Amino acid sequence: MRKDIFVLVEHRKGEIRDITFELLTKARNMVQTGGFVYAIVLAKNGDNFIEKLKSEAHRILCIENEKLEHFHSDYYQQVLGSIITDRKPLLTLFGQTSYTMDIAPSLAVQLDLPIVMGCIEFEIGDDKIFTINQVYGGKIHTRFSFPSKNGGIISIQPGTFTAEQGDLSAEIERITFSFEEITNKKFIQFVEAVAGEIDITQAEKIVAIGRGIKEKDNLQIIEDFAESIGAVVACSRPIVDAGWLPKERQVGSSGKTVKPKLYIALGISGDFQHLIGMRNADTIIAVNKDPNAPIFGIADYGIVDDLLKIVPALKKKIMEKCEARSA
Amino acid sequence: MNSIVCIKRVPDTTSATLKIDAENRKLDDGNLVFSINEADNYALEEALLLQEEFGGEITLISVGPKECDDIIRMGLAKGATRGIRITPDNLYKLDPYAIANLIAEQIKELEYDLIFTGCMANDDNFGQLGVTLAGLLNIPHISLAVKIQANEDYAIIDRELEGGLMEQFNIKFPAVITIQTGINEPRYASIFGIKRASKKEIRFVENISAQGIKVHTEKMYLPPPGDTAEIFTGNPEETAEKVYEILKTKGLI
Ligand SMILES: Cc1cc2nc3c(=O)[nH]c(=O)nc-3n(C[C@H](O)[C@H](O)[C@H](O)COP(=O)(O)OP(=O)(O)OC[C@H]3O[C@@H](n4cnc5c(N)ncnc54)[C@H](O)[C@@H]3O)c2cc1C
Ligand SMILES: Nc1ncnc2c1ncn2[C@@H]1O[C@H](COP(=O)(O)O)[C@@H](O)[C@H]1O
Repeated sequence: MRKDIFVLVEHRKGEIRDITFELLTKARNMVQTGGFVYAIVLAKNGDNFIEKLKSEAHRILCIENEKLEHFHSDYYQQVLGSIITDRKPLLTLFGQTSYTMDIAPSLAVQLDLPIVMGCIEFEIGDDKIFTINQVYGGKIHTRFSFPSKNGGIISIQPGTFTAEQGDLSAEIERITFSFEEITNKKFIQFVEAVAGEIDITQAEKIVAIGRGIKEKDNLQIIEDFAESIGAVVACSRPIVDAGWLPKERQVGSSGKTVKPKLYIALGISGDFQHLIGMRNADTIIAVNKDPNAPIFGIADYGIVDDLLKIVPALKKKIMEKCEARSA
Repeated sequence: MNSIVCIKRVPDTTSATLKIDAENRKLDDGNLVFSINEADNYALEEALLLQEEFGGEITLISVGPKECDDIIRMGLAKGATRGIRITPDNLYKLDPYAIANLIAEQIKELEYDLIFTGCMANDDNFGQLGVTLAGLLNIPHISLAVKIQANEDYAIIDRELEGGLMEQFNIKFPAVITIQTGINEPRYASIFGIKRASKKEIRFVENISAQGIKVHTEKMYLPPPGDTAEIFTGNPEETAEKVYEILKTKGLI
């Protein structure tokens, strides 16, 4: 019977990404008696990674090759396809990341395996694997299942599980693999985002706006309010997509991660990709006209109302009080 | 340059109170407003831009109920050449693998250089279909594209990673590209385009059953209430007062 859980070690520019430790922690908690947790290291040189993973898995499988210097989904797929076929794990775990979105679906096709992407939880049943996914912007949960006899692939939202230090001492196995040359897709280079004038990661107070501000013209009201409390203005992705604020103001998985003392979220629904960038703020206040908006699940304080009414009222209140204080 | 664009019809659920149907398998979507999935609208625009530059045809393809014709018509009005709507009998049981199978089957006969999909559908949040399709067709793919510089038979593409970093690839056609939001500025359909679209062809594929479903929906439910924010009630003046008190107590102003 299949029992092992494989975790793909995700690394970029020489660093193992946090999601890997989250997945390994979860895998250790889930693996059943007789099964092993495997960390799969694909790299040009794996020594550095192995060192950091020794306590985290029962076994480390390391494949080293020039071709693995940068992430390339097709080379990754060749090796993963081969080791999953040979070693028959119960589950292969990925994080729901940009690398995974580029590899897991086609790997599943190649191996003819069931796959569920973007889960927030999973369970191992007698003959089925169950997952829980957030759908419809986090307002509904779906429970999916697939038969476990041939194994399967799951990707998990980053930040769902907390990484804990493991206390294992992994057996290390290095394998060589001969790659087929890929000629139709080539990695060229990394492209860094252009740095802007304002670094929101350094801000102590942030007023963040989402699609709920409706029109670009409403930005002025927000900027006035932010200024009145000494905050910088940040935003969710749709505001950047619309070109209303520059990319460096975006909070979330494909933007910046911030940890200010105060985060005021205005007209932001609270999708996973946004929350991951701001949930460690000390105090979170959300204004949203939808009482069911997922942002209220993470905020400390909330107001269910139209932000265009609340923001001017807030600014007025703060100006009045501050004048009264200084008078 | 010929392209295929996969477009999904999804409900706008951001401000709605959602209900689940009696069998707990499906969203009760009677009063919801539907439109093209956000990322797919950018994918369509990218195909239209390439069509303007290189010529060629655009085929839109959507798997869903007959109401998908609305989003297909909108795409035809913007300049796509034809549409295909696939409505299998077991529509509400499909997983991305089964959907990709249906699409792969229908485009077998078509000539294409590029297949575009959105990077993720806003209803199921999988981010899976495009790369599944590439796997089935055995052609290369790039997901999460945020910039495309195309030539006749290859493109240089920036794909988005976490934290604002990008990585650049060179990819040969035919290929699947999944498009991230913000890559371009989607156009609106013109009145002229809308008139012209009524003469364009939509092919309907019905009375079939999707094969190869690997993942089953056990149930859908409203998430259990967790910790939620302390909600301030009252008129704006009163709620503003409460927020002010919090900010002051916490030394934030
Ligand atoms: C790979 C990937 C990466 C992503 N990265 C990011 C990221 O880094 N950051 C990010 O933010 N998103 C990211 N996204 C997008 C994310 O999935 C959501 O689409 C996005 O966060 C939604 O933004 P929003 O909350 O502003 O808009 P919506 O979800 O549309 O929410 C708007 C909210 O405003 C409320 N509202 C409307 N009118 C008013 C009003 N008058 N007053 C008060 N409230 C009002 C509505 O009730 C609703 O809750 C990413 C997506 C993908 C696929
Ligand atoms: N039923 C469908 N019909 C057409 N295209 C779809 C369908 N489902 C998903 N897609 C495409 O695949 C992308 C990713 O969807 P998903 O894997 O469901 O997140 C979407 O943005 C669409 O472009």
